[in-house]
Amino acid sequence: MTIQLIVFLPLIAAAIAGLGNRALGNAAAKLVTTGALFVSAALSWPIFIGYMTGTIEPYTAEVLQWIDSGDLDVSWSLRVDTLTAVMLVVVTTVSSLVHLYSWGYMEEDDSQPRFFAYLSLFTFAMLMLVTADNLVQMFFGWEGVGLASYLLIGFWYHKPSANAAAIKAFVVNRIGDFGFSLGIFGTFLVFGTVSISEILAAAPGMAGSTIGFLGYRVDTMTLLCLLLFVGAMGKSAQLGLHTWLPDAMEGPTPVSALIHAATMVTAGVFMVCRLSPMFETSETALAVVTLVGAATALFAATVGTVQNDIKRVIAYSTCSQLGYMFFAAGVGAYSAAMFHLFTHAFFKALLFLGAGSVIHAMHHEQDMRFYGGLRKSIPLTFWAMMAGTLSITGVGVIGVFGLAGFYSKDAIIESAFASGTTYGGVAFAVGVFAALLTSFYSWRLVFLTFFGTPRWVDSEHIQHALHGEHEDPAGEHGDSSHADLHPHQGTGGYHPHESPWTMLVPLAVLSLGALFAGIAFHTPFLEVEEGAAFWAGSLAFDTHLMHAIHEVPLWVKLSPAVVMIIGFAIAYAAYIRDTSLPGRFVSHARVLYAFLLNKWYFDEIYHFLFVRPSFWIGRFFWKRGDEGTIDRFGPDGAAALVVGGTRLTTRLQSGYVYTYALVMLIGIAAATTWAMAR
Amino acid sequence: MHPIVKPRTELSGALKKHVIQAVAFYLFATLVIASAALTILARNPVHSVLWLILAFFNAAGLFLILGAEFIAMLLVIVYVGAVAVLFLFVVMMLDVDFAELRAGFAKYLPFGTLLAIVLLAEIILSVAAWNAGAIAPQARVAPIAADAPNIQALGSLLYTRYLYLFEGAGLVLLVAMIGAIVLTHRKRGDTRQQNVSRQNRRRPDDATRNVNQPIGQGVEL
Amino acid sequence: MIGLGHYLAVGAILFVMGVFGIFLNRKNVIIILMAIELILLAVNINLVAFSAFLGDMVGQVFAMFVLTVAAGEAAIGLAILVIYFRGRGTIAVDDINQMKG
Repeated sequence: MTIQLIVFLPLIAAAIAGLGNRALGNAAAKLVTTGALFVSAALSWPIFIGYMTGTIEPYTAEVLQWIDSGDLDVSWSLRVDTLTAVMLVVVTTVSSLVHLYSWGYMEEDDSQPRFFAYLSLFTFAMLMLVTADNLVQMFFGWEGVGLASYLLIGFWYHKPSANAAAIKAFVVNRIGDFGFSLGIFGTFLVFGTVSISEILAAAPGMAGSTIGFLGYRVDTMTLLCLLLFVGAMGKSAQLGLHTWLPDAMEGPTPVSALIHAATMVTAGVFMVCRLSPMFETSETALAVVTLVGAATALFAATVGTVQNDIKRVIAYSTCSQLGYMFFAAGVGAYSAAMFHLFTHAFFKALLFLGAGSVIHAMHHEQDMRFYGGLRKSIPLTFWAMMAGTLSITGVGVIGVFGLAGFYSKDAIIESAFASGTTYGGVAFAVGVFAALLTSFYSWRLVFLTFFGTPRWVDSEHIQHALHGEHEDPAGEHGDSSHADLHPHQGTGGYHPHESPWTMLVPLAVLSLGALFAGIAFHTPFLEVEEGAAFWAGSLAFDTHLMHAIHEVPLWVKLSPAVVMIIGFAIAYAAYIRDTSLPGRFVSHARVLYAFLLNKWYFDEIYHFLFVRPSFWIGRFFWKRGDEGTIDRFGPDGAAALVVGGTRLTTRLQSGYVYTYALVMLIGIAAATTWAMAR
Repeated sequence: MHPIVKPRTELSGALKKHVIQAVAFYLFATLVIASAALTILARNPVHSVLWLILAFFNAAGLFLILGAEFIAMLLVIVYVGAVAVLFLFVVMMLDVDFAELRAGFAKYLPFGTLLAIVLLAEIILSVAAWNAGAIAPQARVAPIAADAPNIQALGSLLYTRYLYLFEGAGLVLLVAMIGAIVLTHRKRGDTRQQNVSRQNRRRPDDATRNVNQPIGQGVEL
Repeated sequence: MIGLGHYLAVGAILFVMGVFGIFLNRKNVIIILMAIELILLAVNINLVAFSAFLGDMVGQVFAMFVLTVAAGEAAIGLAILVIYFRGRGTIAVDDINQMKG
């Protein structure tokens, strides 16, 4: 009963708020949805604690029979095991805190019931995804979160850029979903079932078999895993299908925190971990996962170093951390990946909500070049952001104490080294370098925003705030179009104010998580014996690898810390000590700067390769196909035929009687001929 | 099959009879066909009417050969004397300016010719297929008496068996006459007509009125 | 020997010529009326020829009636023509297209 409540309360709340809309009113919608989420969160933690202490056994609760057709037998069932419990806690906690945060952030918006309904709908879909007992139900949740993401990114639908970003997110996700659905079809073909437990049990038996695909014989499990991984790539914005994530920042900040930091984008990691026994059977698939993850981590980190929009920096940071999670899964350390997912949810959500608080204080200005010196004006937000930054960069002392990211990120890097494979080695090197960049851009963000002298005076939003024009949040824009902007110093007389308590409480709770989740939970997640007991078969737990993590050389263990300090030092030098340093560096490396600023020109390449041909094909089918052929022979053709036929027929009505008589005569002659010829 | 000929003229031989008959037939037939053609083809409508009259005359000749002399004379008196003259009257009266009459044959000529030939062929074909044989005297509806003149034969039928039809024909003619008058009658604006009954109804009291008018004032009518 | 067929052929030719005349003439309406008279004449020839060759008087009686009706019809037709001419001022066939749809 508990699990059904956890999953369906958000749906009911979403229905009430969504269908009630204006009739229900803002306050009621907010209360119903947030209340439902807090209840779900309160019910989830005991389950998680239960698995931690080993008092609960995995179970499945069937809700409803869905499809029963031949070999395909799918039902709505909610599976609860350790992996599910971890995700339940993450999703419900972050979602409920985001709901609370939105009370303050979306206060001036007109369509609050719609927003909260969408948030709760998203939560429901995510919960369905993580509790899915079969691949079809997981796909339902997969699509549901994609839908909710579209609705929420395009929440301010009057903005054309928001609409475009929503469509982009949905379409790119779709490509991933296509791969995922092909994977599901292949799985059903090979295993005869879509139930996850049955598939995982039968997976080792299929290792080494081959299947025909596009005319070639390929290894079955490799093919299936790669197809499923394509879905994960789309959902988790890995390199190749990542283009939607930065544009998704068009949505309100709470949306970014919930969906694009903590939950939806982690669905791909969850799926890989859930299906880890399948992936374990295919060496190739694991190598691909590792390399893609590593490449993503590197790519996103490089691009994040030069972005000017505060939300984009954090978005690329998310993308990079997801890459970490994937290459951790690829080398076999699924538990490390899940642990990083767990801690990342906290500190990334914290960073996003903190950024939202800064944006709120700076009257919707998002460009960091207009920030500076804010730690005196909004100290609470400052300390929350510090906690998040310290966590993500992985500050800690080995064996004594560390913040959340310390444990999880170090575990990943160590596992990459410990795996011993070539691609693991590559991932290790990339991971260390990316950690350096992570540290650099995270501290760059903090220094630009909170330290230094204020540079607010040139900001449009600040000017609006000073001179009374109240710009609605829908007019927020976060583009780095003014690359060569050098704003002047000065506050302009503006006084940023701290956020209301509804926004600060979630920040505080998440700070606690970011600070202490690592030390509190690393034992059951990562340690050998406790880990095996904790996970209890819900994912592939390689005790050998987990053991090897502790055996790595000291320089490996210290490398993340070392690069973290290097990154900090560079950021300090460039943004505190000598603020002209970035400018001089950019002027020396213009090409590199442009390359990074334009996101390695992926968007331009995709536009040329895919978007333009697609539009061309579409236009072709529209003009020549639909209008030219179908319409011409169909409706237009029939109409034209009627008109033409009528025009011909009217010629018979010449008005001359002798013509009519002639026709009569012709008729008589014909009739006579026919009668005579018979 | 040979026609029943009244033994009026004393012909010397069957051959002579046949020869004269053939010559007469071909003469009349050729002329009637030629006249019909010219009726249609003539440019001047007056000429058309005249050719029509000639066609009627020749048809009357044909009837004579056949032994239906009353019908032949009817043709001359009624058709030529009345109908064709009527045509002529109308042609003259309408004062058609035939200079501007369009002669636009050519467009439908080939098709019309084809159609005409087809029709002609069909008629002849159907006639040829019919096996001609005389009806037995008992089966004939109105057997022709061998010695009665044509007019007597017709009269004996018309006023006895076909009396009602005869009266009906008379009615048709009456209606045609009335119709023609009604259609074409128009009031002339410049003549005064008498309404006799109104004239008779007039009384002196309506015609005059006595007025006692004061001096210097006029009378109002 | 002049047989029935000869007379019938003459009648057929006259008939076709009359029909021909109705459709081919573009000159004026009186030609149409005259062509109708030709048609009726052809019918008469047929009737009388049959009557003579079959020895049955009924054909000639009928021919008389045809004659009567033809005369009546010619009168009415010409009356209509006269009125039409009064109204339109022309009897060229090409101008009679009031029923053009």
